[in-house]
Amino acid sequence: MKVEQRAADSKSKEALTDKTSLLNLYREMLLIRRFEEKTAEMYQLAKIGGFCHLNIGEEATIVGTISALRRTDYVYSTYREHGHAIAKGIDPKAVMAELFGKETGTSHGRGGSMHLFSEENRFYGGYAIVGEALPIACGSGYAINYKETDEVVMSSFGDGATNIGAFHESLNVAKLWHLPIVFVCVNNLYGMGTAVNRASAVTEIWKKACAYDMTSERVDGMDVLAVRRITDQLVARAREKHEPSLLECVTYRYRGHSMSDPDTYRGKDEIKEWQTRDPILSLGEHMKKQKLLTDEEIERIDEEITSQVEDAVKFAEESPDPDPKDLYRDVYAGEGAA
Amino acid sequence: MAVLAMRDALNQALREEMKRDESVFLLGEDIGLYDGSFKVTRGLMKEFGEKRVLDTPIAEEIIIGTAIGAAMSGLRPVAEMMTVNFIMVAMDQVVNAAAHIRYMFGGGTKVPLVIRTPGGGGHQLGAQHSHSHENWFAHVPGLKVVAPGTPADAKGMLKSAIRDDNPVMFIENEGTYAIKGEVPDGEHLVPLDKNEVKRPGDDITICAHSRMLIVAMDAATELEKEGISAEVVDMRALRPLDMAPVVESVKKTSRLITVEEGWRSYGVGSEIASRVYEEAFDYLDAPVARIAAAEVPAPYNKRLEKIAFPGKADVIVTAKALLGKN
Repeated sequence: MKVEQRAADSKSKEALTDKTSLLNLYREMLLIRRFEEKTAEMYQLAKIGGFCHLNIGEEATIVGTISALRRTDYVYSTYREHGHAIAKGIDPKAVMAELFGKETGTSHGRGGSMHLFSEENRFYGGYAIVGEALPIACGSGYAINYKETDEVVMSSFGDGATNIGAFHESLNVAKLWHLPIVFVCVNNLYGMGTAVNRASAVTEIWKKACAYDMTSERVDGMDVLAVRRITDQLVARAREKHEPSLLECVTYRYRGHSMSDPDTYRGKDEIKEWQTRDPILSLGEHMKKQKLLTDEEIERIDEEITSQVEDAVKFAEESPDPDPKDLYRDVYAGEGAA
Repeated sequence: MAVLAMRDALNQALREEMKRDESVFLLGEDIGLYDGSFKVTRGLMKEFGEKRVLDTPIAEEIIIGTAIGAAMSGLRPVAEMMTVNFIMVAMDQVVNAAAHIRYMFGGGTKVPLVIRTPGGGGHQLGAQHSHSHENWFAHVPGLKVVAPGTPADAKGMLKSAIRDDNPVMFIENEGTYAIKGEVPDGEHLVPLDKNEVKRPGDDITICAHSRMLIVAMDAATELEKEGISAEVVDMRALRPLDMAPVVESVKKTSRLITVEEGWRSYGVGSEIASRVYEEAFDYLDAPVARIAAAEVPAPYNKRLEKIAFPGKADVIVTAKALLGKN
């Protein structure tokens, strides 16, 4: 599928040509890919329980958007958020440990795959109710304006979330109250097993923002540079002008909805076709053409990252389970808990 | 000490806490320019401005969601839900988000949020404006739930709720806003986890919260005239549920009536009765009697509505029956 992009301002296109920037994007995407492949393996070995939703295929969308943020900017995400957490700077060890349910995990084993969190990295959580986090993200936006600081909120969600009331309530107040938010719709074409055109009257999600007179863009979510360029503009708009926006990234998840999805609702050819536009291979090819990367370097980076992921697994394996006596810890903040 | 109506005691608490702490702000439907549906927020927008008294669209989910995110980001929001019936639209935010966020994120954040909302019937408002649902919230770990029945407690508990680091459901009642009582000036804090005897007595214990506390107090006054000494325990702290004064009272009186304005099944009285059976079974001389609303959607017709909600007469009849004095 060829994604028709909206005509975005091309001013900042030149910003992402230096080797360091491109290499960072490449490494981030590869880290997410290798992490998720390892996650699938660990799930099959029953080291990871519950539901497990992978980001494989969506790396350009994740890295292209989140790399445009500062550490102090907020990211809200969904239950498919391992990649978002890593891109926001959380140590893959803490993410893998959370998937393993260990005390050393981002949420001390209380959350699991769908509920990663980090105050330090302003990764404000994975939420497992579709559309739920958008109103909460608006609250962070309101707090930024209230305190008169200059952070930005990125609220990431799937195409399915744009059919729920919370999406519309959120876009409405974001515009009404001038909240510094970039709403990022990761349109991977399916809400669980239901294709966008079977669930949404409007299949080009970016168009939904017009009801709120909000800036919106559509971008090829398999092209990390395109995603990053447009996100840079929208983040600047939020930070400097307190103008919210909606960015639709059209992308694809190579794996099923979750690890337990037999994937019977879409054709194998469709998956293969999207894989020909793989975001990591594409950036690698682009950099090789620009003489910024060699096959040897690609191999070395892959080895490094594979070993980093191995370390994360080792850390998770060796970490302790939460202590049963701490079952009730953190139901309430402070004392006097019941 | 001034004599204030409940709504003014609440207003005083909000004003004092907003003055005390810059991070406290209010949000809700028509709470600012309109001064609030029940005038609890009267004058506050004028005094504190539109940033700290935020009028929202009539969209409950965004109100609670915004409040949660603001709370996680360092503010202390006080959200008003115009009535507790409307909060159903935002239940996902209250239960799946506000109540669970701290635990599911391993204690990595907190949600210092107050949700003020009135319940209660008796105003001919029908099935979608008249119910009391505090038991729904009191079922949920992660929430605190309080339901004061006097102006002094309303002020003191609201101030404590605003300073608490957890999501607190602050249950008010449309039928109590005009009720007057003495309210301590300035710094007056009532803990969120302490129930107390509001009227001492020896023959029978009556547990009640919110408007039903007033009903119970009135009934106790009547019973006194008939030579029955009723002890009234205010159940203003519903979660955590402070059972100590009830258990102590039952050990003395051996008879217990619970009164609530919500439905009986799976209600506040059911929980109190269970705990009394667990903690003071041997002291009881009769089964616990639960007085509650008729199990119907609130009817509009005045006569039907009157019999659908519990009143003083129900308490008196039940007390006498328990004591074998009918």
